[in-house]
Amino acid sequence: MSSVRVLVGTRKGAFILTSDGKRSDWQVSGPHFAGWEIYHLKGSPVDQNRIYASQSSGWFGQVIQRSDDGGKTWQTPGTSEEDLRGPDGMPKGESNMFVYDGVAGTHQWYDGTQHPWEFKRVWHLEPALDDADHVYAGVEDAALFESRDGGKSWRELSGLRKHDSGPRWQPGAGGMCLHTILLDPKNRGRMFIAISAAGAFRSDDAGETWKPINRGLQSNFMPDPTAEVGHCVHRIALHPSKPETLFMQKHWDVMRSDDAGESWREVSGNLPTDFGFPIDVHAHEPETIYVVPIKSDSEHFPPDGKLRVFRSRTGGNEWEALTNGLPQRDCYVNVLRDAMSIDSLEPCGVYFGTTGGQVYGSSDAGDTWKPIVRDLPAVLSVEVQTLP
Amino acid sequence: MIRVVLPHHLRTLASVGEEVQVDVASPVTQRSILDAVEKKYPMLRGTIRDHATQTRRPFLRFFACGEDLSHEQPDSPLPEQVARGAEPFIVMGAIAGG
Repeated sequence: MSSVRVLVGTRKGAFILTSDGKRSDWQVSGPHFAGWEIYHLKGSPVDQNRIYASQSSGWFGQVIQRSDDGGKTWQTPGTSEEDLRGPDGMPKGESNMFVYDGVAGTHQWYDGTQHPWEFKRVWHLEPALDDADHVYAGVEDAALFESRDGGKSWRELSGLRKHDSGPRWQPGAGGMCLHTILLDPKNRGRMFIAISAAGAFRSDDAGETWKPINRGLQSNFMPDPTAEVGHCVHRIALHPSKPETLFMQKHWDVMRSDDAGESWREVSGNLPTDFGFPIDVHAHEPETIYVVPIKSDSEHFPPDGKLRVFRSRTGGNEWEALTNGLPQRDCYVNVLRDAMSIDSLEPCGVYFGTTGGQVYGSSDAGDTWKPIVRDLPAVLSVEVQTLP
Repeated sequence: MIRVVLPHHLRTLASVGEEVQVDVASPVTQRSILDAVEKKYPMLRGTIRDHATQTRRPFLRFFACGEDLSHEQPDSPLPEQVARGAEPFIVMGAIAGG
């Protein structure tokens, strides 16, 4: 019987939630890496026991962790007993060494001046589709790195950061982070990334060169609301069967593109607010999408104290509120951009975590919800693995 | 044998207790101690000193013999009590945050 494993990153450690395919009874493992911020964990689609985790701290910097047994045990890549017995005597200890390629250069700062690029942390880890040792990392200050040795060492795919528009990128309130990495399963070599606040970019040559794909976005906080870059994209998503269609939750506006990002149109429709962070796509219905509307610019909690997921079965514009099992009064949590995920069972399960420490799950594609856990530290990310 | 006290989070990262011991040839300095610690516990590389610049991470301090040595030069000899193992070299995280 199939089962699911939900990987939860929080402000104070990682938790792993497991259940059989019924998704009604859950076991909770954790905290792993207690006290550290876990921005993201994600399993390899090639080997589901291979999980990468981004562990960080304002005191001690960045650490990369790897599990090869589904999260039971962890190691910093390159420091296993096998590595320690290597011919060089000692490993290089470079699994957390993220060094920008060449001259780091500058980007736009909050006050409009130029500011040096400075590595702060890994926001998102995206394992490759065909090799468990190959994994991408999206970092703050915005750049894309890859490892081809299971996380032991990293190199920057610097064509992105060195794009002509780089000096015009600027940090959002959460920092200048590369938070989304989408790999196109049909067009190998094509990938999409999103940066807050620069916008979305596409590469068609495995990350060597990039183009901004922000035509159609409108950001009224910018001097030129339709500029090539500078947009605060919060999240983009695609369905693997239809990767030319992209969905975007922007700082304001929910958008879609049907030409791999060449142009975008707004599909916010009847949402109570078109601000929010996560957006995701149903596992079996490429035109069914989910968002969690949030009040902003600064409040960052659900409208009217009601935690509602909104689902569109029409690829946007027409939205229905999903409330069954979710708090409908006095709820003032946020749902962050990487904190929603969808399993591939039938019907698909939808999961999201809140800054109040709840992880909610739905085993019927969003019709009804239950809290899996209620009292974790603030949830930064949620990823689900569907296991055979 | 040089004694080194690590902060809680680095103990869990390296799977060690409060104090570790490393062999360091004379002269015993911040740099030679941290080189030895990182060689023995490679998962600590980059967590005490910046990978690229080898400078102390901003929210960490170095203490020994009741003195704050954080701003001493990395190649300055440390107190004789540290060099002979009578006193530990202490790596401490700033008390801040939640």
